[in-house]
Amino acid sequence: MSAERRVLRTDYLARVEGEGALFVECDGDVVTKVELRIFEPPRFFEALLRGRSCFEAPDITARICGICPVAYQTSAVNAVESLAGVDVPESIHHLRRLLYCGEWIESHALHVYLLHAPDFLGYPDAITLARDYPDIVQRGLQLKAAGNHLMRVLGGREIHPINVRVGGFYRVPSASELRALRPELEQAREIAVETVRWVSGFSFPERVFEGALVALHQPDSYAIERGRIRSDTGLDIDASRYDDYFEEEQVGHSTALHSRLRGAGRYLCGPLARYSLNYRQLSPLAKECAREAGLGEVCRDVFRSIVVRSVELVYACDEALRLIDIYERPEIPAVPVVVRPGTGHGVSEAPRGLLYHRYRLDGDGTILDAEIVPPTAQNQAAIEGDVHDVVVRYRDLDDEQLRHLCEQAIRNYDPCISCATHFLRLEVNRR
Amino acid sequence: MTSLPQHSAPPQRSARPTLAVWKFASCDGCQLSLLDLEDALLTLAEVVEIAEFHEATSRNVAGPYDLSLVEGSVTTEHDAERIQEIRRASRTLVTIGACATAGGIQALRNFADAGEFARTVYPTPGYIASLATSTPISAHVQVDFELSGCPVNKDELLEVIQAFLVGRRPGIATTSVCMECKRRGTVCLTVARGIPCLGPVTRGGCGAICPAYDRGCYGCFGPMESPNTAALVRRLRRDGMAERDVHRVFQTFNAAAPAFRSVVDRSTFRSEDADVR
Ligand code: SF4
Ligand code: SF4
Repeated sequence: MSAERRVLRTDYLARVEGEGALFVECDGDVVTKVELRIFEPPRFFEALLRGRSCFEAPDITARICGICPVAYQTSAVNAVESLAGVDVPESIHHLRRLLYCGEWIESHALHVYLLHAPDFLGYPDAITLARDYPDIVQRGLQLKAAGNHLMRVLGGREIHPINVRVGGFYRVPSASELRALRPELEQAREIAVETVRWVSGFSFPERVFEGALVALHQPDSYAIERGRIRSDTGLDIDASRYDDYFEEEQVGHSTALHSRLRGAGRYLCGPLARYSLNYRQLSPLAKECAREAGLGEVCRDVFRSIVVRSVELVYACDEALRLIDIYERPEIPAVPVVVRPGTGHGVSEAPRGLLYHRYRLDGDGTILDAEIVPPTAQNQAAIEGDVHDVVVRYRDLDDEQLRHLCEQAIRNYDPCISCATHFLRLEVNRR
Repeated sequence: MTSLPQHSAPPQRSARPTLAVWKFASCDGCQLSLLDLEDALLTLAEVVEIAEFHEATSRNVAGPYDLSLVEGSVTTEHDAERIQEIRRASRTLVTIGACATAGGIQALRNFADAGEFARTVYPTPGYIASLATSTPISAHVQVDFELSGCPVNKDELLEVIQAFLVGRRPGIATTSVCMECKRRGTVCLTVARGIPCLGPVTRGGCGAICPAYDRGCYGCFGPMESPNTAALVRRLRRDGMAERDVHRVFQTFNAAAPAFRSVVDRSTFRSEDADVR
């Protein structure tokens, strides 16, 4: 029997950040090629960081991504501070975490309401969705606005906050400035609870991720702004050991480099991994929402990532409120940081997952070289694996429906191609 | 499945003016400002037809477009061609942000005459040919208005959109950050505390955020109209900024803007010195 060749392609993925395309090829029932193609032009951040001061790293690396600048700023300051041997006071950690909660709320609300929910409901975008369901979209925008407002107060603005520096902040807010945010965040928390209920009623295609789950972990809080790197396969390391355990390789069916965890192979990071590794650290309300939504303590069901993301929205609102309540203004906005030559490593949990920075510095803090591994680059293998599985399982759908399902599978990861791009390995051609 | 119906209406051209949002080399932050207009977004979407906006919709409507907003700089040959097509299809073309207006931080590659920036670079996979320079949109096509900022201020963005939709010039600040500090009642950091600040040469529009957070302006909105950078550089030195740091601060998100670039060009400092440290 002659196998029939079938090609599915999306030349410009919509409702993701950055520029990418999808190409799938089948030979009869066999999927011969799955490629998440990234055609966004690289901006060479690692190269342009060379010769800069490590104190500029938070502002410069923020510009890798307008959707998760706080993640870049946090991993950058963590890397420099760890090399300098500085541990900032707990109150500074709390403020960083609070700012990060703002980013999670903004980014997750953007993804859930504007980018991903339209897939489940058969709409091309949230604007069209709003014509039929204005209240739902309004509520999503309100939730997103609460995250942005928090970032504005604490960071100075929502995109590329100006207030973060190595050692702490430029200016720390007064307790009353933060308390003024309470009513809006309480409302946001209610919306987040409704959001979990709303999305858990969607119908979910099936796909279970079988690889390893990787996320930061902290014993006493849901890890966001710091933590040790853990996996469900037993990994438990400090950021400084990252390079010993994670590697990139070229894989046959794809032109992209795939991150692999030594000894475990394919892995994913992001909401599913965080949730599954750190369920115990969630707040009681977030756990209750998760239970109500029918999630177990571990979730490997990739199409349910929108539910997990919504549970994290509840958590981020809850946690922001808690941090505001216990806030005591630090005595000084930043502790002095004296750099020394060597290599610093920093990690944090970007909305899309683990974000790793490494800087090698000379004695005056000049960056000699830098490496940044964003979550979307790490998830690329998992994304392609999911698309592969979806095509096999749902091959009876017509091309249009199947392509749409593949795109939806990609959006499960909220991929940020602007982030992933600069991670492409470069081959230099002198001419 | 929830009870929501499947939406099946095909995209149609309507009588509303069409808005298109295009991305070049960038961080997506400036177009995100549009989605950050939470209060105005849905109203805006009623007034204009969003014909092209990949980050927000899978639907697209063919040109011509009444207003095109362009984010990002040109760094590939393909993009150099694409911007020509976009210009041809757009009645009005506005650049949004430092990348589109001045080349962005990725324009740092323009300065290095040695080192890995000034080569043709091919990433594998994909073999995307990258140019040795990052150039603003105005280096390629005629631009009707340039809105600076890294990122743009979303209220300024809304003003620009509204102005072009009704055919007037946008009312956008051309004066410095200093003016906005005065308006905001922020005590001058430089005068009062000797903190180096680029406020005097940087276009306002952000609302003078940094000084209000006890931080000197680092110039993310790019040069104001006819800035006196020479005088400012003398002052930065006096306030204790090392020569290298003066260069660094001008060589960031608007490094290729002529007025900021001239600070570096004027000086005896060579960029190679920094690279070989
Ligand atoms: S100008 Fe700044 S915020 Fe805007 S796209 Fe460029 S890097 Fe991002
Ligand atoms: S760096 Fe200057 S222009 Fe940019 S936000 Fe701060 S004060 Fe405004």
